[in-house]
Amino acid sequence: MDDDRLKELLEVVEHSPKIPPEELAEMLGVSVSEVTQSLDELEERGVIRNYKAVIDWDALGEEYVYAIIELKVALEDRSGYDAIAKRIAGFPEVRSVHLVSGDHDLSITVRGRSMKSVAFFVAEKIAPLKEIRGTVTHFVLKAYKEDGIILFDDERPKRLSITP
Amino acid sequence: MFSEQTTGRQKVERISRRVQEIPPSGIREFFDLVMGRDDIVSLGVGEPDFATPWHIREACIYSLEKGYTTYTSNQGLLELRELICEEVQEDQGVTYSPDSVLITTGVSEASDLALRAILNPGDEVLVPEPSYVSYKPCVSLAGGRPIPVETRREDEFRLTPEGLEREITPRTKAVILSYPNNPTGAIMERRDLEELVDTINEHDLLVISDEVYSKLTYEGRHTSIARLNGMMEETIILNGFSKSHAMTGLRIGYAIAPQEIIDAMNKIHQYTMLCAPITAQMGAIEALRNGSVEMERMKREYNHRRRVFVKGLNRIGLDCITPGGAFYAFPSIRRTGLGSEEFAARLLAEQRVAAVPGNAFGRCGEGHIRCSYATSLEELKIALDRIEEFVNQHPRG
Repeated sequence: MDDDRLKELLEVVEHSPKIPPEELAEMLGVSVSEVTQSLDELEERGVIRNYKAVIDWDALGEEYVYAIIELKVALEDRSGYDAIAKRIAGFPEVRSVHLVSGDHDLSITVRGRSMKSVAFFVAEKIAPLKEIRGTVTHFVLKAYKEDGIILFDDERPKRLSITP
Repeated sequence: MFSEQTTGRQKVERISRRVQEIPPSGIREFFDLVMGRDDIVSLGVGEPDFATPWHIREACIYSLEKGYTTYTSNQGLLELRELICEEVQEDQGVTYSPDSVLITTGVSEASDLALRAILNPGDEVLVPEPSYVSYKPCVSLAGGRPIPVETRREDEFRLTPEGLEREITPRTKAVILSYPNNPTGAIMERRDLEELVDTINEHDLLVISDEVYSKLTYEGRHTSIARLNGMMEETIILNGFSKSHAMTGLRIGYAIAPQEIIDAMNKIHQYTMLCAPITAQMGAIEALRNGSVEMERMKREYNHRRRVFVKGLNRIGLDCITPGGAFYAFPSIRRTGLGSEEFAARLLAEQRVAAVPGNAFGRCGEGHIRCSYATSLEELKIALDRIEEFVNQHPRG
């Protein structure tokens, strides 16, 4: 498969990982074996990391609490930001870890079952790390868009059924 | 006060003969059948299923907030006309001055203006068919005579020089080219257009080239006839933002033509429309400045649907050329033995799928139906299943 097709395949899969290879093949105008072969290859190369669903747990009534936490880091030795970032990333409560520009250094998101559990997690696991010089916790009140997916349902105007 | 009773005039006389003589739209009749039903899958829609990209809507909102609610110059905002010239330069390699661009209220207005600007009573205009439904009535309303030119399945519905030649008379003034084509999805590639140039020049015809689907060309790149040798002086290009940027309801299009023709069109436009709506002009500026990413995204989706849908139709046994552009498939339904109108009416009644009978687009569209694939893949798959069942239940009797 040529490079353009490969990118097209990835863009489709990025948004709709559920489409079966037979249909992907029809959409892209290539053979089924080309699709499965390319996907295998992309997975192996680590280009495709995972096939993931975006879930609105609120819609199910599940109570999850999300927080965005800014971390100020003072580097202790030459191991740099990687060591502390990896250490934080290891906790399953931590959903994302980014090294960022601006007046703090790391930005992480944490998910917990209650505000208390998130607060305790930060107080017990993150804040005491010796490189951490300060934390600011922002609790998420409402999610409007997640991973490029809009989570609010606005009514869409209907088209006429027949137009020239 | 001036009702029939007091004037004693017959009702029929109130309506001009010219309007009375225009036959009702074939699509309109079918529309009435579909109206008010929400249990159907519609393949009858000639517009994108995407909302206008948000950055364009946002630009329109912002312009309203800033108070851009005035008239613009008749010809349209200079900035927009400059951007259009840049795009045409980039896409087609032809250089126009912004003075040669007229911003109109959709391509519909532009085609009406073009016809009214060039036609004298009795002038003939060639309309290759199957064709979008508006050209023939607009020619008649402009005082001209529309002359259909049949295109054939064997030529993939492209216009050939022989087909064109056959209908030319001393009264022929212009030919309308509309590629990528609604309803067939046919495109005219550079070599197809080159074959027409001699005939067009020999008979001194003007070309009205409706290129509103040009950005939705899936096989190769769109060629405008205006870029061919000497044709710039003979061509009126019509284009717009409805299909490329999903802006149908904003009603914004344009014409580019030799100066004297644009001036003539502007003369009508200033008295009948004054100017295109400023909000839509602002949106069009944003579309040209920053719209390519979203446009490519929508085009890619149409292309995926096109491949799935056309393959599906052929699998079912409804023979269909591969449409090179627009968002329509135009399969033959001959194997069922049904006429277009009967096929469409029964498909709707029995399987709840709406498609438009091919003969709504001219006599030679008989034996086909127009299916728009500007609808989601899920809906298209349901439609294919239902069409398959329908075809199986109607083997040629």
